[in-house]
Amino acid sequence: MTGWPHRHLLDVDQLTRDELERCLDLAVEMRERRLRRETLDILRGEVVGLAFCEPSTRTRVSFELAAEALGAQVVELPIDVSSVTKGESLVDTLRTLERTGVTTIILRHAQSGAPYLAARSVPVRIINSGDGSHAHPTQALLDALTLRDAIGPLAGKKIAIVGDIGHSRVARSNLHALTALGASVWLAGPPAWIRGFDGWPGVHVADRLEDAVADADAVMTLRIQLEREAGGGVPSIREYTTRWGLDARRLALASPGAPLLHPGPTNEGVEITAELAASERSLIATQVVNGVAMRMAVLALLRG
Amino acid sequence: MTRFGSLGDPPASFGITGARVIDPAAGVDRLDDLAVVDGRLAEWATLDANAARIDGSGLVVAPGLCDLHAHLREPGMERAETLESGAQAAAYGGYTTVCAMPNTDPPLDEPARVALVLERARRCATRVRVIAAATRDRAGERLTEIGELAEMGIVGTSDDGLSIASGRVARGVLAYLGPLGLPLIEHAEDASLAAGSVMRAGPIATRLGLAGWPPSAELAVVERDIALAEETSGWLHVTHISTAGSLEAIRRAKERGVHVTCDVTPHHLAMTDAWVAGDRRFAWEEPSGIGADPFGATLDQELAYDARCRVNPPLPSRSDALALLGGVADGVIDAIATDHAPHPVERKAVEFAAAAPGIIGLETALSLGLAAVAAGILGLARLLEVMGSGPAALIGEERALRVGAPADLVLFDPGARWRVEAGTLASSSSNTPLLGMELPGVVRLTVADGRITYREGVLEQS
Repeated sequence: MTGWPHRHLLDVDQLTRDELERCLDLAVEMRERRLRRETLDILRGEVVGLAFCEPSTRTRVSFELAAEALGAQVVELPIDVSSVTKGESLVDTLRTLERTGVTTIILRHAQSGAPYLAARSVPVRIINSGDGSHAHPTQALLDALTLRDAIGPLAGKKIAIVGDIGHSRVARSNLHALTALGASVWLAGPPAWIRGFDGWPGVHVADRLEDAVADADAVMTLRIQLEREAGGGVPSIREYTTRWGLDARRLALASPGAPLLHPGPTNEGVEITAELAASERSLIATQVVNGVAMRMAVLALLRG
Repeated sequence: MTRFGSLGDPPASFGITGARVIDPAAGVDRLDDLAVVDGRLAEWATLDANAARIDGSGLVVAPGLCDLHAHLREPGMERAETLESGAQAAAYGGYTTVCAMPNTDPPLDEPARVALVLERARRCATRVRVIAAATRDRAGERLTEIGELAEMGIVGTSDDGLSIASGRVARGVLAYLGPLGLPLIEHAEDASLAAGSVMRAGPIATRLGLAGWPPSAELAVVERDIALAEETSGWLHVTHISTAGSLEAIRRAKERGVHVTCDVTPHHLAMTDAWVAGDRRFAWEEPSGIGADPFGATLDQELAYDARCRVNPPLPSRSDALALLGGVADGVIDAIATDHAPHPVERKAVEFAAAAPGIIGLETALSLGLAAVAAGILGLARLLEVMGSGPAALIGEERALRVGAPADLVLFDPGARWRVEAGTLASSSSNTPLLGMELPGVVRLTVADGRITYREGVLEQS
């Protein structure tokens, strides 16, 4: 795995289009080798630390499986979520871990930019697995792979993203990845949640959900943080569902057969109906499978 | 030999030959000699033959600089700064007066505390004036004993760090201060509009996923206070304005005769919100990288989310910074004030949103101003007025380079450059995004009330 120029993966913005494609191609290879139950030892001797300073199940498990599949030793770092979210000691904590032999840290943190602080403070590889509202690069990469598998090369495609874009690290990293791969991205949601994104090249902010979804080649909807209604962004969760919830009727506006993505976990009956989430249009289960393959690819590439 | 002196030193005698003497208030800008005899400006002929002489060629002499807004952190936060270290930082930066903000621990909200600071500051390297809290414990409810504080020589009152949330209380402060000839120095920020925000709202904040501070947070309080000043005939001084909207509101209020003045910080003139994303180009420079392409450019992994760029009010949009520079040039802005806000290392070595807001400024303010002058944005005489004689006049201090007046001046080399480094700063703290950058303008000599408070390469003692 030579010629990979990046020590860390902090966001998709650091990757060229070629590097993006390389991540996707390697993930495909990893997915196949994993299906064949090959024994891989690309990460033998490495100690991968999972530093999740925020609750997470699927991303953490996905990284854990990926690292183990590549022969790494995996340690869960005992991080006190309450103290780290207060920002008291992230650098101290990570320095301690580095001294215990951890060579790669998978960092999930409630505050935007925390992986940048980590990367310049501690001499280990940092993989951002979600920082505040900022970025979630491996999610965007696995989404791009899932989309490419489903609808072919993304150049010229129209992708709709619906929900709380403003607070979404998944959306931001997807905007980088999808526009870099040549797609145009349409955003829809309550005004306060989509404000500020006009001006992003390749991105369109729609006034109405229907405009974003119309003739889309794929639709992605985001998890609604149920506590967000207190912030004034939306009058009620019920009204969100009425106006921006995805159901079969709304998805019918998209291109025939257009697939549906969701980074999970879903609030069924809120941003998506249970029927749609379980339908053959839904790629939610595929996203989970691709998640492990993509994280294997990223770990392997950074290992160099 | 220390580079620093103090106001407790004996008055100095020396001469400067062939310097560019700029006294903005008197309209003076000429090459001249300048003699100081026993701490007062004097006729050259009266200078003792043995007195030291400085070759002033290439150097500028101007009235001592005056900072209306600094956090000297004493009492209570001496790890960040002390009166002594803060005053030395000021002298290093060419200041002869610094106004200390009252948000110390405990706050400067009663006469005994103000007296303590004034007593401790008597032998520092800079005149320290005190801004008292406007309300007790800065809680925004009950007025401090402003009359007694005024007799002690405070220059105004402020709950800086916060606005006075209650319009009724703010009106009470303005009304009570008015006849005393002192300003309410308002940190204009509507707490509900600003809640949770950590940087200026805009494309960069959107890109970084950081909660944005809307300009309305500042303007709402500026407009309210202007109305209150108009109703009460009180004097409103809005400190660290950071938006074009505030500037225009103050311009209109001044035009209709409301007693309102304002200041802006060096960092809100020179830096922009793009600095939070790692940009280090001054506001007046042509944007490139993230500043020109906020969504497309790759973040700089070394500098993005640099907590040293976290400050309140947050660093402005480039267009607002340019508007503020215009407000300095055209006179709507009365002063450049540093909002020198030192913090110990551990308050900044954290995630951006968790960092204490604040940037130190006493040692770099003149240099940032000179960078703007070098770029053709400001005239040198206007810069020196808005950093020196202008704010000094607001707090009743005279700054005149005329024979007989106490020598209160700065001598600096506008062409020399220096590198901002933590180890050489006089401040106890080093929280500035300018660390590692090279800036124009080196202060050679600062003289406060006839005493040499700072010297670098001139008047060396044997």
